[in-house]
Amino acid sequence: MADPLLSVRDLVVEFPTRRGTLRALDRVSFDIMPGEVLGMVGESGAGKSITGAAIIGLIEPPGRIAGGEIRLKGERIDNLRPYALRKIRGKRIGMVFQDPLTSLNPLYTVAQQLIETIRTHIDCSEAEARKRAVALLDRVGIPAAERRIDDYPHHFSGGMRQRVVIALALCAEPELVIADEPTTALDVSVQSQIIEVLKDICAERGAAVMLITHDMGVIAETADRVAVLYAGRMAEVGPVREVITEALHPYTQGLMGSIPTLTQESDRLVQIPGSMPRLNAIPQGCAFNPRCDRAFAPCFTDRPDLLSPEAGRQVACWLHDPAKAQEVPHG
Amino acid sequence: MIAFIIRRLLQSIIVMVAVAAVSFTLFRFVGDPVNSMVGQEASIADRQALRDSLGLNDPILLQFARFMGNAAQGEFGISYRLQMPVTELILQRLPATIELALVSGFLAFVVGLSLGVYTALRRRGVMSNIIMTGSLIGVSLPTFLIGVLLIWVFAVELRWLPSNGRGEVVALGDWWSTGLLTHSGRLALILPAITLGLYQMTLIMRLVRAEMLEVLRTDYIKFARARGLSARAINFGHALKNTLVPVITITGLQLGSIIAFAIITETVFNWPGVGALFINSVRFVDVPVMAAYLMMIALVFVVINLIVDLLYYAVDPRLRVDRAGKAH
Repeated sequence: MADPLLSVRDLVVEFPTRRGTLRALDRVSFDIMPGEVLGMVGESGAGKSITGAAIIGLIEPPGRIAGGEIRLKGERIDNLRPYALRKIRGKRIGMVFQDPLTSLNPLYTVAQQLIETIRTHIDCSEAEARKRAVALLDRVGIPAAERRIDDYPHHFSGGMRQRVVIALALCAEPELVIADEPTTALDVSVQSQIIEVLKDICAERGAAVMLITHDMGVIAETADRVAVLYAGRMAEVGPVREVITEALHPYTQGLMGSIPTLTQESDRLVQIPGSMPRLNAIPQGCAFNPRCDRAFAPCFTDRPDLLSPEAGRQVACWLHDPAKAQEVPHG
Repeated sequence: MIAFIIRRLLQSIIVMVAVAAVSFTLFRFVGDPVNSMVGQEASIADRQALRDSLGLNDPILLQFARFMGNAAQGEFGISYRLQMPVTELILQRLPATIELALVSGFLAFVVGLSLGVYTALRRRGVMSNIIMTGSLIGVSLPTFLIGVLLIWVFAVELRWLPSNGRGEVVALGDWWSTGLLTHSGRLALILPAITLGLYQMTLIMRLVRAEMLEVLRTDYIKFARARGLSARAINFGHALKNTLVPVITITGLQLGSIIAFAIITETVFNWPGVGALFINSVRFVDVPVMAAYLMMIALVFVVINLIVDLLYYAVDPRLRVDRAGKAH
């Protein structure tokens, strides 16, 4: 198997507050292979965006990475000095944010923002950068890019602005693109177009994508593998087909059961009882235990680590630990 | 763009007419100028003759029309007190006030902007806290007290700088005189300029800091960071430009107030400017001078407002509606 492009191991992110330290991410581990699309799903507050921010070194103080490591092609990037980090941001890891209406500086034209970014990372002349910028806008589907490039962001619609944002994230040809809910703020009608553009252009350039979303439909259509976060911990990682059709973790099963489908005939959607625990009130053992209908003795005392019951799949649940599973009460 | 300027000019003219009406009527009630012009021994007939010669017995509307007509030509009559054309009096003293106001406005803007940016970028630094605390003094101490304190320290105790006057001045052209070209003129300008600009400086600094902190939290700054732009490009290219949009408005209007409220500083430092002239005119109910001064200040505000609007327009592309048709 090839070496992973990005490797996150036991990542811990903490936010010190007056009422104690909150652990937003607790020993999160996952890999992204070159050129693959990894979907990152979870409820609001599960830590999806924090994971993205941690990778690109943009956690807002006083939040900080308190443990673990992040490696890009084997080289640690979680403890870099600001100058070295800047060489990675934009150049090797691009980022697309949620709201295209606020992601672009309103006082600069699209051309100015693109050329500035290109020239920050690539040694080239203004004219050359402009040529690249036009080609890129054309590629992300801006009609009449040659003319529109000198417009200001407010001249573009939301969907068009997100295309510009994608062009900006990709203008230095990064190896990894982190897309943090890239379509949440957009009209349903343009969501799939944006995802399509993002996926195609990354596939073309061999860039891997970490797609953060809570839209399982987008994940099912786009991702190669999916990682499920729950309360700042990794619940399950696996190929998207297998996770959707036969999830291993009870939480993932609940998540998949809550998606309405047209083909399946059912009266009610599955609902997971309760809600995700607050970060300052995570129970002992498995974080999901209060809501899990299959919880048994070890779930309340010991936290399950990610284990791999099948090749290519990982799950953090005692039900899949052969040693503990014998204790599962039957009946 | 042209339509915008024409519209603004028309508005400005209306404002000026309104100010003229206010200053005209207001000063009719300030007191009888004739009383202060003549001695107690003057006979009623003498007073009446003086009134007639000054046109004070004409119908009020006629007086106003005459006032407006003259004002439009820059003619404000003869000072009751000094028996000199008011326009000449004001022009004589205007360079001193404008020089003082521009220098202190420039000082306030440059220092206020730099300190504001510094304290915003080093939000938790010790130096920032010292500057922020110090700025409270600038905001809360009255101007005359600052002036007196500065005179006491730098003129009386240390004897570094002169305590009053303009120093040597050099005439430029027909009526402009400047103190900037002589050593004593520059020295004399330091204390009044600091006194006049200190309040505006702290105001601009606090405004810049607040705006900058706001801008630094926005998504486009986060996105600029995520694109790997240098800290300098982000702070001074992206953040500062967005900070300046509201700061320009305030600073422009502050320049107006600097000119208008130079009165106190000019009095404290015995600065031979228009403010000092106004104060003396009030004492003697010298209506033509007061009216002209009010009109001049109104004109300054109107012109500055116009410039600020145009600057705003230049900085923020969202206000330029001419290309809106292309948006979709």
